[in-house]
Amino acid sequence: MSTVHAAPPRWRRGEGLKALLWMSPWLVGFAVFFAYPLAATVYFSFYRYDLFTLEFIGLDNYRYFLVDDRAWASIKNTLWLVVLMVPAQVLFGLGVAWLLTRLKSGVGFFRTVFYLPSLIPVVAGTVSFVFLLNPSGPLNQFIELFGIAAPDWFGDKDWSKPSLTMLAMWGIGNTMMIFLAALLDVPKHLYEAAAIDGAGAWRQFRSITLPTISPVLMFSTVTGVIYALQYFTQAMIASRVAAGVTDSPGSSFVPGYPELSTLTLAQWLFHVGFRDFSMGYACVLALLLFAFSTVFTLILLRRFRAFDEGGDR
Amino acid sequence: MTTLTTSAAAAQPAGVASRGPRPAARVPRGRAILYWIATHALAVALSLMFVGPLVFVALTAVMSNDQALTGDLWPRTWNWSNFADVFARSQLLSWLGNTFLYAGLGTAFMLLSSIPVAYAMARFRFRGRKLAFLAVITMMMLPPQVVAVPVYLIWARLDLTGTLWPLILPMLFGDAFSIFLLRQFLVSIPREYTEAAKVDGCSDFRTLVRVILPMARPAIAAVGLFQFFYCWNDYYGPLLYAHTNEANWTLSLGLASFRALHSVQWNLTMAATLLVMAPVIIVFFFAQKVFIEGVTLTGVKG
Repeated sequence: MSTVHAAPPRWRRGEGLKALLWMSPWLVGFAVFFAYPLAATVYFSFYRYDLFTLEFIGLDNYRYFLVDDRAWASIKNTLWLVVLMVPAQVLFGLGVAWLLTRLKSGVGFFRTVFYLPSLIPVVAGTVSFVFLLNPSGPLNQFIELFGIAAPDWFGDKDWSKPSLTMLAMWGIGNTMMIFLAALLDVPKHLYEAAAIDGAGAWRQFRSITLPTISPVLMFSTVTGVIYALQYFTQAMIASRVAAGVTDSPGSSFVPGYPELSTLTLAQWLFHVGFRDFSMGYACVLALLLFAFSTVFTLILLRRFRAFDEGGDR
Repeated sequence: MTTLTTSAAAAQPAGVASRGPRPAARVPRGRAILYWIATHALAVALSLMFVGPLVFVALTAVMSNDQALTGDLWPRTWNWSNFADVFARSQLLSWLGNTFLYAGLGTAFMLLSSIPVAYAMARFRFRGRKLAFLAVITMMMLPPQVVAVPVYLIWARLDLTGTLWPLILPMLFGDAFSIFLLRQFLVSIPREYTEAAKVDGCSDFRTLVRVILPMARPAIAAVGLFQFFYCWNDYYGPLLYAHTNEANWTLSLGLASFRALHSVQWNLTMAATLLVMAPVIIVFFFAQKVFIEGVTLTGVKG
């Protein structure tokens, strides 16, 4: 440490210049694909722009947002995903990982099987689920064996989001692996000590497991929320395949089938900006998405404080 | 902790007094067997849930079109020609080629640009390195849709919309998620290695190539695989830039429109779905270790 302090400032400046050189590709990328577009998004939000004419309209885009029913429907759906789908995913991932730590044999096999669906290309997985859950599909045939009326999953506005949640829980692999690693990291002697002290399974989980894995819990929740805010592909594909509509050039399909129940904020932004070419208004929605993701990230980061930089070494 | 110890102390003598050594040994064993059965039964049930959908897809893929609409589980006739039909009726090979181009070039460019950046962030001492790292995290967290409009306009001005280049070229400027993961791994390599190389007269570049890269191989493999799979599965990007030009469609774009383009033929749709899934599943079985190590890397240091 002392040698570092003794080094003259010139040495430091030398490394700074070198670092600048090594990081230059990324610095260019940061400026061109992040800093500039973010500023430009704010700028365009005060304009009407359709790729051809640019016209200053002040706060009109923001005023329009307040009365845009579909924007509000998309926000409600997105919040539904954040509040219900993310916890379902995180808890299920934790539960499956916990089960793996309890198995005495076949752990490798089960781990592979549980992980596999998360690798399936999203579009392929979603198309498969729409088929499996179609009104005369295998799942409904099975449910009707018990004399229960089965729902029309992706075709019913009350069931479409739960169906998407089932799809999300199917692809739990990454969350599960992260939890599994965290659970195996908990020192065994702590459990032994607690067992000697007479702590039951629940008490052990609350007093030992939970505190140890909380940074990982934070990581999964933050990434889950960020991911839910930009939820796009599954909802888009599910509504499109269930409605039997393509996205061929020229087709005008309003996403969200059935009855806007699967319309997310990211989808509405995409539709407004790149199908209707109301780019100025799309920027208002983009800023809203930016605000949401910033707020959620900050709340969660402050709560768990695990993103403290690990320093070097 | 104190309440735990006192209650345990109270409970212990009672347990010792009431049970002899033999039953005490037998009860846990019986319970252990029940426990084994319960946990494994649960694991098998979950396995069926996870693999079931894939099995149904595979079985439907070889059914006749009439049977695919019935919800039957087992094919009455095995129509292997469905797969040939998929190739004949769609541009599957062209989609596959485009997907390879996007995923292959995207991954190569990302590694080329991100490794030096991650190395600089992990090793060089300079003012603002914390700020730079914070910028990487911010970029990683930001939904891509937030900056979509201005970025689209850049590519429109360069006349590259309608192609996959707007997705490939940015990879030359580093990818935040990959930089983050690589940096986290490189920081964990003891400084002694780089310092020893420097004493031996290695330049920074030589140190990176000769000393760091071989040690970071698992992290690089994981980051590369993640990037490849991300591009392979990506739907949003190709939909944004390439959907107007069918010649540049990827597998994701093609599959998304497959059912509507082919008038609701579930059996062919499932055959196409299976063909899209198959390479991924095969790669996974060969590179399973890399994946599992890589995923763990993302979480542990988070």
